[in-house]
Amino acid sequence: MTGAAGDEVATALARAHREEWARVVATLARRYGDLDLAEEAAAEAFATAVERWSADGVPPAPGGWLTTTAHRKAIDRLRRERVRDDKHREALVLTDAGPPAPTGAVDDDRLRLLFTCCHPALAMPARVALTLRMVGGLTVGEIAHAFMVQPTTMGQRITRAKAKIAQARIPYRVPTAQDLPARRDGVLAVLYLIFNEGYLASSTDDGTQPIRPALTGEAIRLVRLLRQLLPDDGEVAGLLALMLLVEARRLARLDEDGGLVPLPAQDRTRWDRRLVAEGHQLVRERLVTGEPPGRYQVLAAINAVHTSAPSAEATDWAQVLALYDQLVRIDRSPVVLLNRAVALAEVDGPQVALAAVEPLRDALDRYRAFHATRADLLRRLGRDDEARAAYDAAIGLTDNAAEVAFLVERRDATR
Amino acid sequence: MQYLLSVIHDGTDLATDAEMAAIDAFNDQLRADGHWVFAGGLGGPDVATTIDNRDDAGLVVDGPFVETKEFVVGFWILEAPDLDVALRLAREASKACHRKIEVRPFL
Repeated sequence: MTGAAGDEVATALARAHREEWARVVATLARRYGDLDLAEEAAAEAFATAVERWSADGVPPAPGGWLTTTAHRKAIDRLRRERVRDDKHREALVLTDAGPPAPTGAVDDDRLRLLFTCCHPALAMPARVALTLRMVGGLTVGEIAHAFMVQPTTMGQRITRAKAKIAQARIPYRVPTAQDLPARRDGVLAVLYLIFNEGYLASSTDDGTQPIRPALTGEAIRLVRLLRQLLPDDGEVAGLLALMLLVEARRLARLDEDGGLVPLPAQDRTRWDRRLVAEGHQLVRERLVTGEPPGRYQVLAAINAVHTSAPSAEATDWAQVLALYDQLVRIDRSPVVLLNRAVALAEVDGPQVALAAVEPLRDALDRYRAFHATRADLLRRLGRDDEARAAYDAAIGLTDNAAEVAFLVERRDATR
Repeated sequence: MQYLLSVIHDGTDLATDAEMAAIDAFNDQLRADGHWVFAGGLGGPDVATTIDNRDDAGLVVDGPFVETKEFVVGFWILEAPDLDVALRLAREASKACHRKIEVRPFL
């Protein structure tokens, strides 16, 4: 195979993986009632695609090809396993082979998959891992990296979660109306993590782009689905607004060489005005209700302040800081305090901000944004040696090539 | 699909009259809705005897297999189509008997 044809296949595979993975897994999970089987069959179908597409060319409808192939793989596997474990498997297939159960307002396999992966009977780390694997299509290695644990540990976490879903029979469906609000929070937290992984990839070692619109786009798509289901829910609206206002800046976040551009240096004419307008509209709608906002609504409001400013200098930092103070009252986590310190630096100066950042070291010593924020504050205070050391610490915790390049440039400019 | 609902408590005090009445009402509902299989209360760890006769070891220990602050004081075995239903029943069970409930599927 020539290099050009190989590139074309690789591009098609990457695209199909991004766009079709969750759909294939979700379709198979509904058909066979078995997440493990769905994931394995989907993985086999993609592995087969690597061989077949290289030999025969990319099929006209890659998604359909993958779904059909995955179904065949699943049936093959069931036949093999039925010989081994006749009764158990057959019972499962008979139970779940019928038409999908009615699920109410929204009928989307991926949403069903999402609620299953985010089931409250699973611990939060398991929900996040499972959703990123099954819905987000990330590899176990990528997920392990994102959460700073060993790949074997992450693999066990996902395997255990799938085993529990199968053994305890966690149902594959959107919860009933009565259970929905309670089930919402876990789903929102998981979607926000997926969005953030797309916003800034945890690793670009395997050629992953530093920013992955497919992941941010998928997170937004799923939050929109949730919003159809829960139109009056403030936090769903808040998370959607937050994601839209962050996503709106995506094109301005990379320069021509693929380098990251921080918010103050971004060309604001490159922001997506349509997304900004939609985000602002959602924030206004929530304000009008007069209900006390949750964390996503406050974060959305903070981003609304940023995206309302015609220039970085015109940012209403006092308003941003006031919103962070509100957020701290809801969620006094070290990461929130770190972000508040960034706003504090603009209002009260880097010295005050640094004093707020230093006590967070114990909690955030393995968190790259802690060191990057600290480095920036030290640089602004003219403490260049310490700033360079802090940039090095941040670089050491970063596997995103664009982010490394940005930090190296900052470090080298500090002298 | 059957689930074991273990009743977890930190003492051997029996259910109060109010708790007993709530448990009876819950059990009647379980029977009416087709979930009921079996249920019962258990003596505490202080009346447990642990046997280990692996390889004809013939060991008899006066007490539970592991000493814990909380222990199983009773159980329900229920029929439920999936974990969501089992968890809903477990919430009602916990409220009725005023104790913690651990849910496990039968294999």
